[in-house]
Amino acid sequence: MTQSVHQKNDWPVIIRIGLLAGIVALYVSVVGMVNAFNTRAIVDGVLNVGRLLLMIPPLFAGQYIVRKKLVSLEISQQFLAAAAIGALAAVPLTILLLLEAFFQGLGSSLREVFVNVSPALQEILLFGISSLPVGLLVMIAVSTTLGVVGTLFYTLSARMQHIIGRVLLYTILIGLFGELFTQILRPVLGNSLRYLFRSGALTPALAIVVILVIGALVWYWPTIQIRQEAWAGRQTETQRQQFQRGRFALSILLLLALPWILNTFLSDVMNTVGLYIMMGLGLNIAVGLAGLLDLGYVTNYAVGAYVMGVLTAQPPDGSGAGLSFWIVLPLCILAAMFTGFFFALPVLRMRGDYLAIATLGFGEIIRVLAISDWLRPIIGGAQGVLYIPKPTLFGLDLFNDPRFMYYIILAGCLLVLYIIWRLNNSRTGRKWMAIREDEDVAEAMGINLVRTKVLAFTLSAAAGGLAGGILAAKLGTVFPQSFSVFVSINVLAVIIVGGMGSIPGIIVGAIVLIGLPELLREFNEYRQLIYGALLVWMMLQRPEGLIPSAVRRRELYGVEAVEDPK
Amino acid sequence: MRQSFERFSWVSLFLLLFRVVVLYLVALGLYRTLSDGVYSTEQILNLVVSGLTQGSIYALIALGYTLVYGILLMINFAHGEVFMAGAFTTSFAATWLSNRGTLANHPFLSIIGLLILAGLVSMSVAVLLERIAYRPLRGAPRLVPLITAIGASFFLQYTFRGLYGSNFRAYPDFSALPTFEGTYVLGQLSIPYINMVVVGSALLLMAGLYWLVERTKIGKAMRAVSENKEVSRLMGINIDNIIVFTFAIGGALAGAAGVINGMYRPQGVSYTMGFFPGIKAFTAAVLGGIGSIPGAMLGGLLLGVFEALGPNLVLAGLGIPGANQLKDAISFTLLVVILIFRPQGILGERLAEKKA
Repeated sequence: MTQSVHQKNDWPVIIRIGLLAGIVALYVSVVGMVNAFNTRAIVDGVLNVGRLLLMIPPLFAGQYIVRKKLVSLEISQQFLAAAAIGALAAVPLTILLLLEAFFQGLGSSLREVFVNVSPALQEILLFGISSLPVGLLVMIAVSTTLGVVGTLFYTLSARMQHIIGRVLLYTILIGLFGELFTQILRPVLGNSLRYLFRSGALTPALAIVVILVIGALVWYWPTIQIRQEAWAGRQTETQRQQFQRGRFALSILLLLALPWILNTFLSDVMNTVGLYIMMGLGLNIAVGLAGLLDLGYVTNYAVGAYVMGVLTAQPPDGSGAGLSFWIVLPLCILAAMFTGFFFALPVLRMRGDYLAIATLGFGEIIRVLAISDWLRPIIGGAQGVLYIPKPTLFGLDLFNDPRFMYYIILAGCLLVLYIIWRLNNSRTGRKWMAIREDEDVAEAMGINLVRTKVLAFTLSAAAGGLAGGILAAKLGTVFPQSFSVFVSINVLAVIIVGGMGSIPGIIVGAIVLIGLPELLREFNEYRQLIYGALLVWMMLQRPEGLIPSAVRRRELYGVEAVEDPK
Repeated sequence: MRQSFERFSWVSLFLLLFRVVVLYLVALGLYRTLSDGVYSTEQILNLVVSGLTQGSIYALIALGYTLVYGILLMINFAHGEVFMAGAFTTSFAATWLSNRGTLANHPFLSIIGLLILAGLVSMSVAVLLERIAYRPLRGAPRLVPLITAIGASFFLQYTFRGLYGSNFRAYPDFSALPTFEGTYVLGQLSIPYINMVVVGSALLLMAGLYWLVERTKIGKAMRAVSENKEVSRLMGINIDNIIVFTFAIGGALAGAAGVINGMYRPQGVSYTMGFFPGIKAFTAAVLGGIGSIPGAMLGGLLLGVFEALGPNLVLAGLGIPGANQLKDAISFTLLVVILIFRPQGILGERLAEKKA
């Protein structure tokens, strides 16, 4: 700790961190997130997401300086530093509000340029106080307090920090997804639900109960864990196997029963998540295993959807081909594999970043072609394909209900999952990983680069085609606008956030990135923004993803151990 | 031996076929259009003029890609968003100037002011981008900064959407200003004055860049760093500063391109406006040879002309209806074709293959 040996001036650090926190608070306000999320309550009448967003920067900055030992002060003086940081964190917003007041004095408003600097935002920032000076003082005072609270948190014992952190996290999550709980519990609890959740958020009473329950759980968790391990240790091998088999059967049962536990809307969300799991797993072959950054994955999705649309559509004038869903679905996969194969050939010899941009180009070419008048007679131009019937089973019209559609998607996911799982540890999978690590070495080892890469692209496309075909049948229409570059980027975000090359990672990634935004509608407008930030943050801080695959983790963190000759 | 033979037999064959088909289609389309006499020489010349004008804008953006690539061997995928940042922000200033009448009274002064503002905005975005997203990842595997760049690109787009809203905005109509109204006619060639202003400002900026890189000390340092980072470090050059400077220059040019683009095509200013120019400028940079400054200029101009002529002369000749809708597809196809057959571009070294 050279820092404590010689006294250094701490103010530059304090000012920098404080202003940085302030700029983050300014950013979320001006971009409109505070406004948008202000309607999403966590604890009804007490805390909402917009407010939380404003609270996080000073809190975080307050504990950051202590945690990272950025200042070499005594603990009592650290509170002073934290207070300074908290106050500084309010400075950018103060300047914003003063500027706005100044412009309003001139008969203008910052709003003419920055659309989100609205009276509503001012009201939130000033805690609803109509007098500007008083409001500003309250804002600065709150920010200062939060900075100190952040530091205070860090002076607690590690165990208390852990418990409080967990309790806050889980309570906030439960409050955030109050609507989800409301929808699931309504059939069971009926009207008494309103004592628990109000307007999609926790009631203050339930919030206290939740905090206590989770607190107790986290508090006793180590004891529970030890008992469980002791119990597991007493089991014989066969018993353990039985236990595992039981757990497996239970999870399958749960998967099958899921649409009936959830309602129609939630099943539909699950379906979208399922489609993205399929695509994520598919793209994972190219990006995660073979290291070929494909930014045109939407091509396969579009091909699958259009094949399904064109071949099954039954327009009222009787011009459609009107084939059955079950016959066309394999054709969707084949068509996507063919496009994947065809588009793979020209890019085989390109280096990584060029390949990415060329494939991005393919994705756009497909979209431009789909919208153009040229192909209009076949695929409907900008209007798209309409009148796609829902699949039927033995003449039964089951699949109008998303809860039945769920089973088709579940089957698709399981199929793709099984294939990927088998491929992962096969010779082919290892060839892909070898190419990812070093093409030249892989070639020297006798791997046929052309064949292996083409196989990666083709198989990766197959999953996209399957997802696209199911999408067309699920929606009943195919619009060219829905196949923009965003789909490719979303899938990419799913696999990167989840963990490249990791199957559980991709599933979690799809649930977090695709499922959750559907539940938090205010989120939708800021979805791409948050994805973008997540991609950057992930690459900087956690390139292995949320749930990394074992191989990847070894690669990223075990390198020193291997390189060290001793 | 068998291996290389086997590889020849299908990928190379496919690429050969692809090349033949592309050339055949282009030739057929051109032949049909020209022999049918759909377009007079005058019309074709007009198309070339508008293509060159658009191309000079592409060239300015392409310089940003090429400069960064020359030094870091990295494609700054978010460069289109740097362009958008300057163009979008400055549209407010341009409207303000136009409402006050300054634009009509002092057009050249206003344009210079707008260029500087846009340049500064884009420069700050580019420098922040480098500092936050790229610098920590220097030396990481190649795909890592690329993914970061994609993330940064979306982050920037939606940040500006959050700041300025999702509505389309427009620049004031520069071609209606008394100073720029009218057309210069030379024989069959007629050039609107605004096009001359656009090309003129672009050329001036490019000349400035050329001077900066070739004649100044910091330009020399830039060239040294792009030649060999380690040796330049030993020679006492601060690599980090040079990289920041490169991003700043590329950003400023992109911002200026944003204003010039607004002068030429006032409509369609929004948070998504960076995507297509960005990727087209990348095509231009690759076409000219990425890493080469004259290459980017040449590539930009050529791409502009191809884009103007392609749909009308080639695609229409092939009997494809609504050929102009496929304009964007042309530049992408061109990109793929160049990457396959001449990855080093017109003036560049052979870098695009995997071994660079």
